[in-house]
Amino acid sequence: MRKEILFSLTLDACLRITRRQGGTVAEKKVKRTEEIENVMELHERIEDYKTDSPRVSRFSEERFLLFLEDITAVFDGFRALDIEALGIGHNELRVIIGPNGAGKTTLCDVVSGKTRPATGRVYFEGRDITGMDETEIALMGIGRKFQTPSVFDSLTTYQNMELALPGRRRLWPNLYCRETKEERDRILGILERVGLLEVRDLEARYLSHGQRQWLAISALILSDPKLLLVDEPAAGLTDSETALTAELLLELRGDHTIIVIEHDMDFVRRLDSFVTMLNEGKIMAEGTLGELQENEEVIEAYLGR
Amino acid sequence: MSNVALAKTDRPLGGVRWPGMHNALLLLFFAGLAGVPLLYYTGQISIETVNMLGRYMAFAIVAVGLDLIWGYTGILSLCQAFFFSLGGYAMGMYLAHHGGPGGMVDASGWNIPACLYVVYPYKVGEAPGDAMLPWFWKPFYTLPATVALGLLIPGLVAFVIGYFGFKSRVRGVYFAILTQAITVAAWLVFSMNSMKLGGTNGLTRFDKIAGYSLADPDVKMAVYIITLLCLAGVYLLCRHIAGSRLGRVLIAVRDNERTLRFAGYRPHVYKVFAFVAAAAIAGLGGMLYTPQMGIFTPANMEAGMSIMVVIWVAVGGRGTLSGAILGALAVNLLYSFFTSEKDFILFTWKSEYWQFVLGGLFIGVVLLFPKGLCNIGRCFTGKH
Repeated sequence: MRKEILFSLTLDACLRITRRQGGTVAEKKVKRTEEIENVMELHERIEDYKTDSPRVSRFSEERFLLFLEDITAVFDGFRALDIEALGIGHNELRVIIGPNGAGKTTLCDVVSGKTRPATGRVYFEGRDITGMDETEIALMGIGRKFQTPSVFDSLTTYQNMELALPGRRRLWPNLYCRETKEERDRILGILERVGLLEVRDLEARYLSHGQRQWLAISALILSDPKLLLVDEPAAGLTDSETALTAELLLELRGDHTIIVIEHDMDFVRRLDSFVTMLNEGKIMAEGTLGELQENEEVIEAYLGR
Repeated sequence: MSNVALAKTDRPLGGVRWPGMHNALLLLFFAGLAGVPLLYYTGQISIETVNMLGRYMAFAIVAVGLDLIWGYTGILSLCQAFFFSLGGYAMGMYLAHHGGPGGMVDASGWNIPACLYVVYPYKVGEAPGDAMLPWFWKPFYTLPATVALGLLIPGLVAFVIGYFGFKSRVRGVYFAILTQAITVAAWLVFSMNSMKLGGTNGLTRFDKIAGYSLADPDVKMAVYIITLLCLAGVYLLCRHIAGSRLGRVLIAVRDNERTLRFAGYRPHVYKVFAFVAAAAIAGLGGMLYTPQMGIFTPANMEAGMSIMVVIWVAVGGRGTLSGAILGALAVNLLYSFFTSEKDFILFTWKSEYWQFVLGGLFIGVVLLFPKGLCNIGRCFTGKH
């Protein structure tokens, strides 16, 4: 049954991709089958993994960009996270939902190095990144937007973006290097896209909540990470702002790997992608949003308590 | 859109707050460069006044350094007076080497400076074999080596404190307490006679600098001009740092260190840089202060001195650099004005009353102009 869900989902995704990219009918067909094969294979591997014993970590291979293996995170004896296996494929858009306290943000914390897992391993591009510090993980290509948009208040919108430019993290070059023309154009291009161009010289402290969210997302996009962890991008936004945020994420889909954590079901519906539902630190269900909404367990978890 | 209108006038931290500030600073520089010598050579002010202004400028150099680490990077350092003293002692040792009266030569031929006679209680002319000049005095015999060490030693000490402190994520008030404790410990060490640095009497009996007599008014004027040029140089250097991308990273460290880390930066590297730079700058201030004071004692690194530096910057305005200079000069000029005894009809103004003025000034500025004197303009236009 799960394969059917995946099939329909992938079909959908492929349709969208081909629609955007154009291309001949034959190309579309090839693309669609490739896409389906990829996702099916990925999922089978996770199923294999769960039944395999003794467990050998074979998931540090290039097929998954991110793979979490037997991860548990414990706070004062409370198990905030307990994940057997979670794999995110290359260029996948994955949405993670779940009630309050389900461990969604903790999951982000574990991947981005803020929290060290009590047990288990995190693999990114086949490398074990468990125990690396935040900076090392960020430099490997995992970018993160926090739940409350964190920008640098005393810097202008433009300067905030400037600090997010990829590379340019070393001390000495920063003393005399300025941004190049291309970098400048890129910053201005992104700012124009999110409508922050006219406030580019305004200190970030004067921006509205929505503008701060977009600034944080824009900076994340600019830094061009391989994996984007986007924690509640729609929190506190108006409907039209939410729509634009979804549009931005969908534009990135296809050439970026994105994990979105969200409460707002309308927003999740808009993203229309594979959803993983967490509850009490465990993966409860996976599938399309439509599927999950019909799942008795899921309804129970959201409404039952 | 009012927001956009605001954006035009509201320059980010690191820019000069209002255009007048730039001109005021330039005016002050030329007044110091041309006006003060003119007043002196026409007999309006004494050389002692010029000397005093030079000392205050040495303080202003220290204040600019503190503004870099505190105003921009948001790290309150309470050991700037210690770094200042390391520079001061370096120059003091150089001056003591060439000071008088000489006469005591140790077994290896080194002249033992007069201020060490406390440790070596022999008569001038006697040269017992066990009275050797301590090894750490020897590098400070030449001026170039002294200047280099006066910058390097505070920088190195700051590097060690900063590297271990920032790497293990000691932050905020804990770092302030750590630095204050280090200052107090250093003060105790430098006050010991057995350190062979003159104990609580400090380094005295200076005579010559680079072959010129320190008592000569022209030499005093030259030292004053050098101090002024160093202040201008340090200001321009810090201005350059603050205006570069590095300066923006420093501001980002102050605003939100955590986010910076997740953006792939290593905040501790930038913090160590700012701390080391501030320390070397304070060392430079100390080196310029010593010849103009004629004595350097451990009193210069008492805990209160570091707090004075913080007050200068707070009064002038944090994160502006120009504010640090204005604050240091203003507070010190007030100090010299209010610590002289004045007779009024009903009562006599005593120098002890200065403490009340200082306290009142600090509270007043914090209450009325929280962004400091150099942002008074903004307070009146209502833009915060």
